[in-house]
Amino acid sequence: MTASLLYSLAGAMLCGIGLFGLLWLSHLLRKLLAFNIMGSGVFLVMVGLPQHQGGPDPVPQALVLTGIVVAIAATALAVVLIRRYYHLSGMTSLEGERASREGGPE
Amino acid sequence: MTLWLMAGLLFTPLAWAVLTLLMNFAWGRLVTWGGIVVQVLVSLGLWLIVSRDGGFYYGLGGWQAPLGIELRVDGLAVTFVLLTAVVASACGLHAGVYIDPDKPWHRYFWPLFWFLWAGLNAVWLGGDLFNLYVGLELISLSAVGLVALGGKAGALRASIRYLLAALLGSLAYLLGVALIYGQFGTLSIAGVVFRLEEHAVPAGSGLALALMVTGLALKTALFPLHRWLPPAHGIAKSPVSALLSALVVKASFYIAARLWLELGEPLGSLAAAQLVGLLGSAAVVWGSWLACRQLELKQVVAYSSVAQIGYLFLLFPLTYSVSESVSLQAQQGVTLQVISHALAKAAMFLAAGNLILATGSARVDALTGVSRFLPFSLFSFGLAGVSLMSLPPSGGFAAKWLLLQASLGSGQWWWLLVLLAGGLLSAAYVFRIYRASFLESLETDEFYHPPRSLEVIPMVLALMAIGLGLVSAEVLSVMALPFEEEGSP
Repeated sequence: MTASLLYSLAGAMLCGIGLFGLLWLSHLLRKLLAFNIMGSGVFLVMVGLPQHQGGPDPVPQALVLTGIVVAIAATALAVVLIRRYYHLSGMTSLEGERASREGGPE
Repeated sequence: MTLWLMAGLLFTPLAWAVLTLLMNFAWGRLVTWGGIVVQVLVSLGLWLIVSRDGGFYYGLGGWQAPLGIELRVDGLAVTFVLLTAVVASACGLHAGVYIDPDKPWHRYFWPLFWFLWAGLNAVWLGGDLFNLYVGLELISLSAVGLVALGGKAGALRASIRYLLAALLGSLAYLLGVALIYGQFGTLSIAGVVFRLEEHAVPAGSGLALALMVTGLALKTALFPLHRWLPPAHGIAKSPVSALLSALVVKASFYIAARLWLELGEPLGSLAAAQLVGLLGSAAVVWGSWLACRQLELKQVVAYSSVAQIGYLFLLFPLTYSVSESVSLQAQQGVTLQVISHALAKAAMFLAAGNLILATGSARVDALTGVSRFLPFSLFSFGLAGVSLMSLPPSGGFAAKWLLLQASLGSGQWWWLLVLLAGGLLSAAYVFRIYRASFLESLETDEFYHPPRSLEVIPMVLALMAIGLGLVSAEVLSVMALPFEEEGSP
C-alpha cells in the first residue's frame, strides 16, 4: 500500500464518520463538529491523493489553505447562528424539543 | 475595454460590500443605487462585446491558468451575468423600500446582498473546479446570512437548516474535485476534457462526477433533497426570497449542468441520467402537489420553486447519448427555463411580499378581498403565474416547447407526461391564490397600501418573463456564438 493511498483511505474514513455525525446527531454543535471532521477528511484526500513526480504536489496544498479559510468562515457563521438561536428559543437542536438543553447557559 | 469591464464586473460587488458594511441602512441604500447602475452598465457592455466578438478565456490580473484564476467568458455566462444584473437590481431596489430601516441589524442587508452578487458573477464566469467551489461558498454563506436577517427564532432555525444542507453539499462537491484532481492532475474543466480525449477513462472517475452532481443537487434542492428549501425561502424577507429562488439555486445547477455537458458522456451512464431525470420529474409532481396544499402564501411560491427546479434536471437524460440537434434543443430549453423561472419567480415573490404587506398576514385565506384593493400586485402575480404555467407566449412556454421537442426527438416520450402534469398542477396553485383573493368577506377590510414603487418592480419583471417568449430566438443566438479556444490549457 502506497502512502498516497493510505492518506486517501484515511480521508475517506473521516468523511464517513463526519457524514454519519452530520446526519445522525441532533445537537447542533455536534453537527457542526461533524462537519469539521468531514471537511478535514476531504482536505486529507485532496492533499494525499495527487502525486507530482513521485513527491507531494504543491498545488492542492495551496487549495487546501483556501479551503480551510472557507471552512473557518462557515464554522464561525454557524456558531453565531446557533448561539443566537439558543438564546431566542432555548433549544439546541432543530427537531423542536426543549429536552436537549444540556451543556448551555441557563 | 474588456479589462475595465471585467474589473468593473468583479471588483464593484466586492468593493460595495465593504463600503456598505460601514454605513447605516439609508446610506447603504444610496450607495447601492450607484453600484447597481455600474453593475448593469458593465454587464450590458460585456454582453454586447461577447455578442459581437464571441467568447474568450480571461486570465485574471494577467496570470494564466495553473497559477492564476482563469475565467471563461462565453455567451451563456454573459447571458446569466446580465440576468443576474436585472434580477438583483430589481430585488435591491425593492428591498430598499420594503425593508424596515429602523431595525439596526437590517443594515447588514447591503453587504450580504453585494457579496451574494460577487459570488454569482464568480460562478457564471468560473472556469476551474476549485474557484467554482469558492464562488459557491461565497453565495451560500451570504444567502444564509440574508435568511437569518429575519431575526426571529423561526428564521434562525430555517437558516441553520439551510447552512447545514449547503455545507454538506459543498463538501460532497469538494470531495469530487479532490478525486478529479488526483486522477487528472488538473482543475480546469477544459483540461479534464482534454485528458479524457487523449487517454482511456480511469477507473472510478464516475464516482467523482457522481459526488459532485449529488452535492450540487443538494444545493439546488432536487427532490428528495429539497426539504431545506421551503422553510428558508418561505420565511426570508420577500426580496431575499426572490434573490434565493431566482438566482442562488440556479448557480449550483449551472455548475452541475456544465459538468454533465462536458464530462457526462465519458464518465456518466444511461442509468444515472435517467435516475436524475426521474428525480426531477418527481420534484415537478410532488412540489406542485405540495404547493397546492400550503396554507401560507410564500410557502406556495417556495414549493412551486421546488417543482420548477425539477424541470431543469430533465437536461441530464435529454443530453445523454442523443443526437447533436436534440441535445442542443434540450440545452436551449433548459437555459430558457432558467431565465424565465428567474424572472417569473422573482416577480412572484416580490408581488407576494406586497400582498403580505397589504393584508398584514402571511396566510392564503387572509387574501380575501385583496383583488379590489391591490389589483396591480395581484396582476403581476398572475402574469408570473402564466409563465410558470407555461402558456404562450411566455418564456416558460418557449422553454417547455423546446424540452417537449427534445423528448420526442430522443424517443423519451415519458418526459412528456411530466411536462403536461406540471403545467396543469401549476395552474391549480396559481388559481387557488386567485380564488382566495376574489372572495369577499362581510367584515370591513383593513389594508395597508404599499408604496407605488413596490408595485411597479414585480410588474416589470413579470412582463419580461412573458416577453421572453417573443425574443427567445435572439436570446438563444448569443449562446451559440463561436468560442476562441486559445488560452485553454
